[in-house]
Amino acid sequence: MNALWIVLVVVVLLVVWVVLSYNRLISRRNEVDNAWSQIDVQLKRRLDLIPNLVETVKGYAAFEKSALEAVIDARSKAMSAAPNPAAQGAADVGLTGALRQLFALSEAYPDLKANTNFLSLQEELQNTESRVAFARQFYNDAVERYNNSTQSFPGVIFAKSFNFADREYLEVEAAAAVPPSVKF
Amino acid sequence: MFGFVLVLVLVGMAVGVLIGNGILGTVIALAIASVSAFVSYWKSDSIALRVSRAVPADPVVYKRLHNLVEGLCIAGGLPKPRVYIVHDPAPNAFATGRNPKNAAIAVTTGLLEKMNRVELEGVVAHELSHIKNYDILVMTLAVTLVGTVAILTDITIRMMWWNGGRVARAGDRDNRSNPLALIGIALLIVAPLLARAMQAAVGRRRETLADVSAVQLTRYPPGLISALEKLQADSTVTHSASMATAHMWIEQPLPGVNDTGRLGFFHKLFNTHPPLADRIALLREI
Repeated sequence: MNALWIVLVVVVLLVVWVVLSYNRLISRRNEVDNAWSQIDVQLKRRLDLIPNLVETVKGYAAFEKSALEAVIDARSKAMSAAPNPAAQGAADVGLTGALRQLFALSEAYPDLKANTNFLSLQEELQNTESRVAFARQFYNDAVERYNNSTQSFPGVIFAKSFNFADREYLEVEAAAAVPPSVKF
Repeated sequence: MFGFVLVLVLVGMAVGVLIGNGILGTVIALAIASVSAFVSYWKSDSIALRVSRAVPADPVVYKRLHNLVEGLCIAGGLPKPRVYIVHDPAPNAFATGRNPKNAAIAVTTGLLEKMNRVELEGVVAHELSHIKNYDILVMTLAVTLVGTVAILTDITIRMMWWNGGRVARAGDRDNRSNPLALIGIALLIVAPLLARAMQAAVGRRRETLADVSAVQLTRYPPGLISALEKLQADSTVTHSASMATAHMWIEQPLPGVNDTGRLGFFHKLFNTHPPLADRIALLREI
């Protein structure tokens, strides 16, 4: 009779343990999904600021048309990019480069630089870039926590059978590591 | 924490030897201390803010501060806490609140003036880390245990006094002096000090944890290092702090530094923060 009780307790403990591990995998995976959407929110915010910027700059007719067009192109590319981390990353790098070129060129136009609209847009964009960076950081941290759960014990035992696949990190493209060349 | 519980058990035993009712006494003291600590913990944000005379930070006037807080909250997966300003020329900051949803951080106008963007970011990250690591909860637990020890020892000593100094033992008719009683009395006198020293030690550990967590948030150690160096060089005393709130601020707000610039032994024991030089050295190693 005693042996039966012991077996029962052990079985119950095992079940509880599996349930807790499974729940932890679920919550970590949801954190990753949430983190990914957050990056999206910040990126969309940046995309929304750009039409304003383009309008403000257009008023200065002498401004380099090519730089402006590059930004508009990059924006439409970013809006139509496939929703996986790699494609989005590539489109975003293109947009960042085009924006940097635009702001670098604005140094040569003191009237534009003094325009309060331009200044506040510039600050908002810089602020948003910072948030995008933080959102990416949070996403990578969440992926790390999730991958830790699926790869280490006890998650590794039933991760495959319950469909918990590893997630991929967001990586900076080699192109982004090179600062854009600014031509005056 | 283990040390705390040990002290509490020892005090309970001492009380048991001295007045014959150790367990009940300990439980009552624990209950009183818990209730008072729980109330202060639950209301910790409003209490701390009112004591420091903090005012909500206007989002337009203090735009940069709000932006920094929001960015770091994204990095840490935290909801945005309420942001407050304390009008004080000394650079300092604190965080409070029982959990991330009911949290608040406050920054002095002195800090905003003296720090640049990356340094301010480091300080805000440090404060957010306190919220993220539930440090208010940890320190409340520590304070509860200290309070329990204090109440228990206080009551016991008073009861002994009223008994005319006799050790009450059920069925004990003689006035034989009990050697255990002497140890018990010594322990009762020392215990509150010991408990406070332990509370300070826990506080220092959580401060170090907050420093490291801050760097994990910003991924930029030089920011916080530079901020701490500026705090080290600055000698203005925060007037909005008091003994009760000293532990929450990022830098020790009360003057306790002697002429050589180093803390005396007792100040080191009860210091709520690790010395700035040590904190900077630790961060440089990351």
